[in-house]
Amino acid sequence: MRILYLVSFLFFTGSCALRGQAYTVYDDFAQLETRIQALPPNTTVVINFWATWCAPCVEELPCFDELTEKYAGPNFQVWLVSLDFKTRLEKQFIPFLEKQKLKAEVMLLADQDADSWIPKVHQDWEGAIPTTVVIRGGQRKLHQDKFNNFDELESFVLGFLKTVQKVTGLSTEGSR
Amino acid sequence: MKVPVNTLALLAGILLLSNTVPEPKTYVIGDKAEDFSLRNVDGRMVSLAHYPDAKGFIIVFTCNHCPYAQLYEQRIIDLHKKFSPRGFPVVAINPNAPEIVPEDSFEEMKARAAEKRYPFVYLLDSAQTVFPKFGALRTPHVFILDRNLIVRYIGAIDDCPETASGAQRRYVDSAVTAMLRGERPEPDFTRAIGCVIKRRK
Repeated sequence: MRILYLVSFLFFTGSCALRGQAYTVYDDFAQLETRIQALPPNTTVVINFWATWCAPCVEELPCFDELTEKYAGPNFQVWLVSLDFKTRLEKQFIPFLEKQKLKAEVMLLADQDADSWIPKVHQDWEGAIPTTVVIRGGQRKLHQDKFNNFDELESFVLGFLKTVQKVTGLSTEGSR
Repeated sequence: MKVPVNTLALLAGILLLSNTVPEPKTYVIGDKAEDFSLRNVDGRMVSLAHYPDAKGFIIVFTCNHCPYAQLYEQRIIDLHKKFSPRGFPVVAINPNAPEIVPEDSFEEMKARAAEKRYPFVYLLDSAQTVFPKFGALRTPHVFILDRNLIVRYIGAIDDCPETASGAQRRYVDSAVTAMLRGERPEPDFTRAIGCVIKRRK
Protein backbone atom coordinates (compact mmCIF):
# COMPACT_ATOMS: atom_id res chain seq x y z
CA MET A 1 0.00 0.00 0.00
CA ARG A 2 2.78 2.32 1.02
CA ILE A 3 4.85 1.50 -2.04
CA LEU A 4 1.84 1.98 -4.25
CA TYR A 5 1.33 5.39 -2.72
CA LEU A 6 4.98 6.31 -3.22
CA VAL A 7 4.91 5.20 -6.84
CA SER A 8 1.79 7.16 -7.59
CA PHE A 9 3.32 10.13 -5.84
CA LEU A 10 6.49 9.93 -7.92
CA PHE A 11 4.51 9.37 -11.07
CA PHE A 12 2.34 12.38 -10.38
CA THR A 13 5.10 14.78 -9.47
CA GLY A 14 7.47 13.28 -12.00
CA SER A 15 5.82 14.90 -14.96
CA CYS A 16 5.70 18.20 -13.16
CA ALA A 17 9.36 17.98 -12.20
CA LEU A 18 10.35 18.06 -15.84
CA ARG A 19 9.03 21.58 -16.05
CA GLY A 20 10.96 22.85 -13.04
CA GLN A 21 10.08 22.39 -9.42
CA ALA A 22 8.08 19.39 -8.23
CA TYR A 23 4.77 19.94 -6.51
CA THR A 24 1.77 17.86 -5.56
CA VAL A 25 -1.84 18.86 -6.03
CA TYR A 26 -4.37 17.78 -3.41
CA ASP A 27 -8.01 18.28 -4.35
CA ASP A 28 -9.20 17.02 -1.00
CA PHE A 29 -7.81 17.97 2.40
CA ALA A 30 -8.12 14.31 3.42
CA GLN A 31 -5.13 13.57 1.16
CA LEU A 32 -2.97 16.02 3.07
CA GLU A 33 -4.31 14.75 6.38
CA THR A 34 -3.36 11.20 5.40
CA ARG A 35 0.22 12.34 4.88
CA ILE A 36 0.25 14.10 8.28
CA GLN A 37 -1.12 11.00 10.00
CA ALA A 38 1.44 8.79 8.29
CA LEU A 39 4.31 10.68 9.93
CA PRO A 40 6.18 8.71 12.60
CA PRO A 41 5.85 10.16 16.14
CA ASN A 42 9.48 11.27 16.20
CA THR A 43 9.09 13.33 13.02
CA THR A 44 8.54 17.07 13.02
CA VAL A 45 6.71 18.75 10.18
CA VAL A 46 6.45 22.50 9.71
CA ILE A 47 3.52 23.36 7.43
CA ASN A 48 3.26 26.85 6.00
CA PHE A 49 -0.01 27.92 4.33
CA TRP A 50 0.66 30.50 1.64
CA ALA A 51 -0.25 31.68 -1.87
CA THR A 52 1.61 33.37 -4.71
CA TRP A 53 -0.83 36.29 -4.53
CA CYS A 54 -0.23 36.86 -0.80
CA ALA A 55 2.58 39.42 -0.42
CA PRO A 56 3.52 38.75 3.24
CA CYS A 57 3.51 35.00 2.47
CA VAL A 58 5.97 35.44 -0.39
CA GLU A 59 8.16 37.67 1.78
CA GLU A 60 8.58 35.00 4.44
CA LEU A 61 9.28 32.08 2.03
CA PRO A 62 13.10 32.53 2.27
CA CYS A 63 12.83 31.84 6.04
CA PHE A 64 11.31 28.42 5.24
CA ASP A 65 14.07 27.74 2.71
CA GLU A 66 16.61 28.51 5.40
CA LEU A 67 14.78 26.23 7.84
CA THR A 68 14.85 23.47 5.22
CA GLU A 69 18.58 23.90 4.61
CA LYS A 70 19.41 23.91 8.30
CA TYR A 71 17.15 21.16 9.65
CA ALA A 72 15.54 19.03 6.93
CA GLY A 73 16.25 15.32 7.22
CA PRO A 74 14.45 12.04 7.83
CA ASN A 75 12.85 13.40 11.04
CA PHE A 76 12.27 16.99 10.05
CA GLN A 77 10.17 18.14 7.10
CA VAL A 78 9.06 21.50 5.79
CA TRP A 79 5.92 21.66 3.61
CA LEU A 80 4.78 24.75 1.76
CA VAL A 81 1.04 24.29 1.17
CA SER A 82 -0.17 26.79 -1.40
CA LEU A 83 -3.81 27.84 -1.57
CA ASP A 84 -3.51 29.11 -5.14
CA PHE A 85 -6.38 28.29 -7.46
CA LYS A 86 -5.96 25.33 -9.79
CA THR A 87 -7.27 27.42 -12.67
CA ARG A 88 -4.24 29.70 -12.29
CA LEU A 89 -1.76 26.81 -12.24
CA GLU A 90 -0.19 27.43 -15.66
CA LYS A 91 -0.34 31.21 -15.59
CA GLN A 92 0.72 31.96 -12.07
CA PHE A 93 1.73 29.04 -9.88
CA ILE A 94 4.20 27.18 -12.16
CA PRO A 95 6.02 30.35 -13.34
CA PHE A 96 6.35 31.43 -9.70
CA LEU A 97 7.90 28.11 -8.71
CA GLU A 98 10.27 28.19 -11.67
CA LYS A 99 11.49 31.60 -10.63
CA GLN A 100 11.73 30.97 -6.88
CA LYS A 101 13.27 27.46 -6.88
CA LEU A 102 12.03 26.74 -3.37
CA LYS A 103 13.92 24.16 -1.33
CA ALA A 104 11.03 22.93 0.82
CA GLU A 105 8.41 20.50 -0.48
CA VAL A 106 5.64 22.34 -2.33
CA MET A 107 2.00 21.29 -2.43
CA LEU A 108 -1.14 22.92 -3.76
CA LEU A 109 -4.30 22.38 -1.75
CA ALA A 110 -7.28 22.96 -4.03
CA ASP A 111 -10.02 21.96 -1.56
CA GLN A 112 -12.46 24.87 -1.83
CA ASP A 113 -14.61 23.90 1.14
CA ALA A 114 -12.30 25.73 3.54
CA ASP A 115 -14.73 25.77 6.47
CA SER A 116 -14.58 21.98 6.60
CA TRP A 117 -10.78 21.63 6.71
CA ILE A 118 -9.41 24.80 8.38
CA PRO A 119 -10.27 23.59 11.93
CA LYS A 120 -8.61 20.23 11.15
CA VAL A 121 -5.30 22.06 10.70
CA HIS A 122 -5.70 23.74 14.10
CA GLN A 123 -8.82 24.44 16.16
CA ASP A 124 -7.78 28.09 16.69
CA TRP A 125 -7.18 28.89 13.02
CA GLU A 126 -9.91 30.83 11.20
CA GLY A 127 -8.22 30.94 7.80
CA ALA A 128 -6.08 34.07 7.49
CA ILE A 129 -2.79 33.55 5.65
CA PRO A 130 0.15 33.51 6.10
CA THR A 131 -0.20 30.87 8.82
CA THR A 132 2.20 28.18 9.99
CA VAL A 133 1.59 25.06 12.05
CA VAL A 134 4.25 22.76 13.47
CA ILE A 135 3.31 19.17 14.26
CA ARG A 136 5.09 16.39 16.15
CA GLY A 137 3.87 13.34 17.99
CA GLY A 138 0.23 14.42 18.01
CA GLN A 139 1.05 17.91 19.31
CA ARG A 140 0.44 21.07 17.27
CA LYS A 141 1.33 24.74 17.57
CA LEU A 142 -0.06 27.56 15.45
CA HIS A 143 1.45 30.87 14.34
CA GLN A 144 -1.18 33.08 12.67
CA ASP A 145 1.01 35.73 11.10
CA LYS A 146 4.10 36.33 9.03
CA PHE A 147 7.58 35.58 10.40
CA ASN A 148 9.67 38.72 10.01
CA ASN A 149 12.97 36.85 9.94
CA PHE A 150 14.51 33.41 10.22
CA ASP A 151 15.21 33.76 13.96
CA GLU A 152 11.50 34.26 14.69
CA LEU A 153 10.62 31.12 12.75
CA GLU A 154 13.43 29.06 14.28
CA SER A 155 12.57 30.02 17.86
CA PHE A 156 8.88 29.24 17.17
CA VAL A 157 9.81 25.73 16.02
CA LEU A 158 12.47 25.04 18.67
CA GLY A 159 10.19 26.43 21.42
CA PHE A 160 7.49 24.00 20.34
CA LEU A 161 9.91 21.06 20.27
CA LYS A 162 10.94 21.85 23.85
CA THR A 163 7.33 21.73 25.08
CA VAL A 164 6.71 18.49 23.17
CA GLN A 165 9.73 16.97 24.85
CA LYS A 166 8.31 17.92 28.25
CA VAL A 167 4.80 16.69 27.53
CA THR A 168 5.55 13.42 25.80
CA GLY A 169 9.09 12.69 26.93
CA LEU A 170 9.98 12.15 23.26
CA SER A 171 13.58 12.84 22.45
CA THR A 172 14.07 15.62 19.93
CA GLU A 173 17.56 14.30 19.20
CA GLY A 174 17.76 12.93 15.73
CA SER A 175 15.76 15.75 14.25
CA ARG A 176 19.14 17.51 14.34
CA MET B 1 18.81 62.87 39.00
CA LYS B 2 17.08 61.16 41.88
CA VAL B 3 13.89 59.23 41.42
CA PRO B 4 11.88 58.35 44.52
CA VAL B 5 11.86 54.65 45.24
CA ASN B 6 8.08 54.49 45.43
CA THR B 7 7.84 55.96 41.89
CA LEU B 8 10.14 53.22 40.65
CA ALA B 9 8.07 50.61 42.44
CA LEU B 10 4.93 52.04 40.86
CA LEU B 11 6.53 51.98 37.41
CA ALA B 12 7.66 48.40 37.94
CA GLY B 13 4.12 47.54 39.03
CA ILE B 14 2.64 49.10 35.89
CA LEU B 15 5.13 47.21 33.71
CA LEU B 16 4.28 43.97 35.47
CA LEU B 17 0.56 44.57 35.07
CA SER B 18 0.85 45.50 31.41
CA ASN B 19 2.67 42.23 30.82
CA THR B 20 -0.06 40.17 32.41
CA VAL B 21 -3.09 41.90 30.86
CA PRO B 22 -4.76 39.26 28.67
CA GLU B 23 -5.70 39.87 25.06
CA PRO B 24 -8.99 41.80 24.92
CA LYS B 25 -12.03 39.58 24.50
CA THR B 26 -13.52 39.63 21.02
CA TYR B 27 -17.16 39.23 20.05
CA VAL B 28 -18.78 35.82 19.99
CA ILE B 29 -22.30 35.00 18.84
CA GLY B 30 -24.82 36.66 21.18
CA ASP B 31 -22.53 39.54 22.24
CA LYS B 32 -23.67 43.11 21.74
CA ALA B 33 -21.37 45.02 19.40
CA GLU B 34 -20.27 48.52 20.30
CA ASP B 35 -21.19 51.23 17.79
CA PHE B 36 -18.35 53.10 16.10
CA SER B 37 -17.73 56.27 14.17
CA LEU B 38 -15.56 55.87 11.08
CA ARG B 39 -14.95 58.00 8.00
CA ASN B 40 -16.67 56.96 4.79
CA VAL B 41 -15.13 57.45 1.34
CA ASP B 42 -17.50 60.43 0.86
CA GLY B 43 -15.89 62.20 3.83
CA ARG B 44 -18.83 61.73 6.25
CA MET B 45 -18.41 60.05 9.63
CA VAL B 46 -20.67 56.98 9.79
CA SER B 47 -22.14 55.20 12.84
CA LEU B 48 -24.65 52.36 13.01
CA ALA B 49 -26.89 54.73 14.97
CA HIS B 50 -27.32 56.65 11.69
CA TYR B 51 -29.54 53.80 10.43
CA PRO B 52 -32.62 53.97 12.69
CA ASP B 53 -34.72 51.86 10.29
CA ALA B 54 -32.18 49.05 9.85
CA LYS B 55 -33.25 45.56 10.89
CA GLY B 56 -29.58 44.66 11.11
CA PHE B 57 -26.21 45.06 9.47
CA ILE B 58 -23.90 43.04 7.26
CA ILE B 59 -20.50 44.28 8.47
CA VAL B 60 -17.77 43.21 6.04
CA PHE B 61 -14.12 43.76 6.86
CA THR B 62 -12.62 44.02 3.40
CA CYS B 63 -10.03 46.00 1.48
CA ASN B 64 -8.69 46.96 -1.93
CA HIS B 65 -5.55 44.88 -2.25
CA CYS B 66 -6.44 41.36 -1.12
CA PRO B 67 -7.21 38.99 -4.02
CA TYR B 68 -9.87 37.22 -1.92
CA ALA B 69 -11.54 40.57 -1.18
CA GLN B 70 -11.45 41.31 -4.92
CA LEU B 71 -12.98 37.93 -5.75
CA TYR B 72 -15.83 38.66 -3.34
CA GLU B 73 -16.28 42.32 -4.32
CA GLN B 74 -19.18 41.78 -6.72
CA ARG B 75 -20.82 39.37 -4.28
CA ILE B 76 -20.65 42.04 -1.54
CA ILE B 77 -22.26 44.54 -3.93
CA ASP B 78 -24.98 42.00 -4.76
CA LEU B 79 -25.65 41.28 -1.08
CA HIS B 80 -26.18 44.99 -0.44
CA LYS B 81 -28.46 45.34 -3.47
CA LYS B 82 -30.53 42.37 -2.34
CA PHE B 83 -30.73 43.02 1.40
CA SER B 84 -30.42 46.79 1.87
CA PRO B 85 -34.00 47.38 0.64
CA ARG B 86 -35.09 44.73 3.17
CA GLY B 87 -33.36 46.49 6.06
CA PHE B 88 -29.92 44.84 6.09
CA PRO B 89 -27.35 47.19 4.50
CA VAL B 90 -23.70 46.22 3.97
CA VAL B 91 -21.24 48.29 5.98
CA ALA B 92 -17.75 47.71 4.54
CA ILE B 93 -14.74 48.52 6.71
CA ASN B 94 -11.11 48.51 5.58
CA PRO B 95 -9.06 47.45 8.64
CA ASN B 96 -5.58 47.58 7.09
CA ALA B 97 -2.84 50.08 7.95
CA PRO B 98 -2.14 52.04 4.73
CA GLU B 99 1.53 52.49 5.76
CA ILE B 100 1.88 48.72 5.34
CA VAL B 101 -0.36 48.40 2.26
CA PRO B 102 -0.37 51.63 0.19
CA GLU B 103 -3.14 50.16 -2.02
CA ASP B 104 -5.47 50.36 1.00
CA SER B 105 -5.02 54.10 1.65
CA PHE B 106 -8.08 56.33 2.02
CA GLU B 107 -7.41 57.89 -1.41
CA GLU B 108 -7.21 54.44 -3.04
CA MET B 109 -10.40 53.39 -1.24
CA LYS B 110 -12.19 56.42 -2.71
CA ALA B 111 -10.90 55.54 -6.18
CA ARG B 112 -12.02 51.90 -5.94
CA ALA B 113 -15.43 52.77 -4.50
CA ALA B 114 -16.00 55.21 -7.37
CA GLU B 115 -14.70 52.89 -10.08
CA LYS B 116 -16.77 49.90 -8.91
CA ARG B 117 -19.75 52.09 -7.92
CA TYR B 118 -20.01 50.72 -4.39
CA PRO B 119 -23.64 51.11 -3.34
CA PHE B 120 -22.62 50.70 0.34
CA VAL B 121 -20.51 52.80 2.71
CA TYR B 122 -16.78 51.96 2.67
CA LEU B 123 -15.17 53.05 5.94
CA LEU B 124 -11.54 53.21 7.06
CA ASP B 125 -10.67 51.92 10.52
CA SER B 126 -7.84 54.45 10.58
CA ALA B 127 -6.95 54.03 14.27
CA GLN B 128 -7.34 50.22 14.01
CA THR B 129 -9.58 50.22 17.09
CA VAL B 130 -12.76 48.72 15.59
CA PHE B 131 -11.61 45.48 13.94
CA PRO B 132 -9.83 44.21 17.12
CA LYS B 133 -13.08 44.56 19.09
CA PHE B 134 -14.91 42.46 16.52
CA GLY B 135 -12.03 40.01 16.40
CA ALA B 136 -11.74 40.35 12.63
CA LEU B 137 -8.66 38.47 11.47
CA ARG B 138 -8.77 38.49 7.69
CA THR B 139 -10.29 40.12 4.64
CA PRO B 140 -13.03 39.43 3.83
CA HIS B 141 -14.51 38.64 7.27
CA VAL B 142 -18.25 39.09 7.88
CA PHE B 143 -20.16 39.89 11.09
CA ILE B 144 -23.96 40.07 10.89
CA LEU B 145 -25.69 42.09 13.61
CA ASP B 146 -29.38 42.32 14.40
CA ARG B 147 -31.17 45.64 15.02
CA ASN B 148 -29.99 45.65 18.65
CA LEU B 149 -26.40 45.15 17.46
CA ILE B 150 -26.31 41.58 18.78
CA VAL B 151 -23.80 39.50 16.80
CA ARG B 152 -25.72 36.70 15.01
CA TYR B 153 -23.23 35.38 12.45
CA ILE B 154 -19.43 35.43 12.08
CA GLY B 155 -17.52 34.09 9.11
CA ALA B 156 -17.38 33.63 5.36
CA ILE B 157 -19.66 34.90 2.59
CA ASP B 158 -19.98 31.48 0.95
CA ASP B 159 -18.02 28.28 0.43
CA CYS B 160 -16.45 29.04 -2.96
CA PRO B 161 -14.05 32.00 -3.18
CA GLU B 162 -13.13 31.46 -6.81
CA THR B 163 -16.58 31.79 -8.37
CA ALA B 164 -19.98 32.88 -7.07
CA SER B 165 -21.67 30.28 -9.26
CA GLY B 166 -19.65 27.46 -7.70
CA ALA B 167 -20.93 28.14 -4.19
CA GLN B 168 -23.07 25.42 -2.65
CA ARG B 169 -23.63 27.16 0.66
CA ARG B 170 -24.22 30.92 0.63
CA TYR B 171 -23.70 31.52 4.34
CA VAL B 172 -24.43 35.26 4.53
CA ASP B 173 -27.44 35.08 2.22
CA SER B 174 -28.93 32.22 4.26
CA ALA B 175 -28.15 33.94 7.57
CA VAL B 176 -29.86 37.21 6.65
CA THR B 177 -32.79 35.35 5.08
CA ALA B 178 -33.20 33.39 8.32
CA MET B 179 -33.03 36.58 10.40
CA LEU B 180 -35.67 38.25 8.22
CA ARG B 181 -37.92 35.28 9.08
CA GLY B 182 -37.14 35.82 12.76
CA GLU B 183 -34.90 32.74 12.93
CA ARG B 184 -31.31 32.23 14.06
CA PRO B 185 -28.69 31.69 11.35
CA GLU B 186 -27.48 28.13 10.94
CA PRO B 187 -24.50 27.83 10.76
CA ASP B 188 -23.65 30.95 12.75
CA PHE B 189 -19.86 30.54 12.50
CA THR B 190 -17.70 29.57 9.51
CA ARG B 191 -14.03 29.80 8.56
CA ALA B 192 -12.47 30.82 5.26
CA ILE B 193 -9.13 31.55 3.65
CA GLY B 194 -8.34 35.25 3.46
CA CYS B 195 -5.58 37.83 3.79
CA VAL B 196 -4.32 38.47 7.29
CA ILE B 197 -5.25 42.01 8.48
CA LYS B 198 -2.21 44.30 8.33
CA ARG B 199 -1.87 45.65 11.83
CA ARG B 200 0.31 48.63 12.72
CA LYS B 201 3.17 47.55 15.04
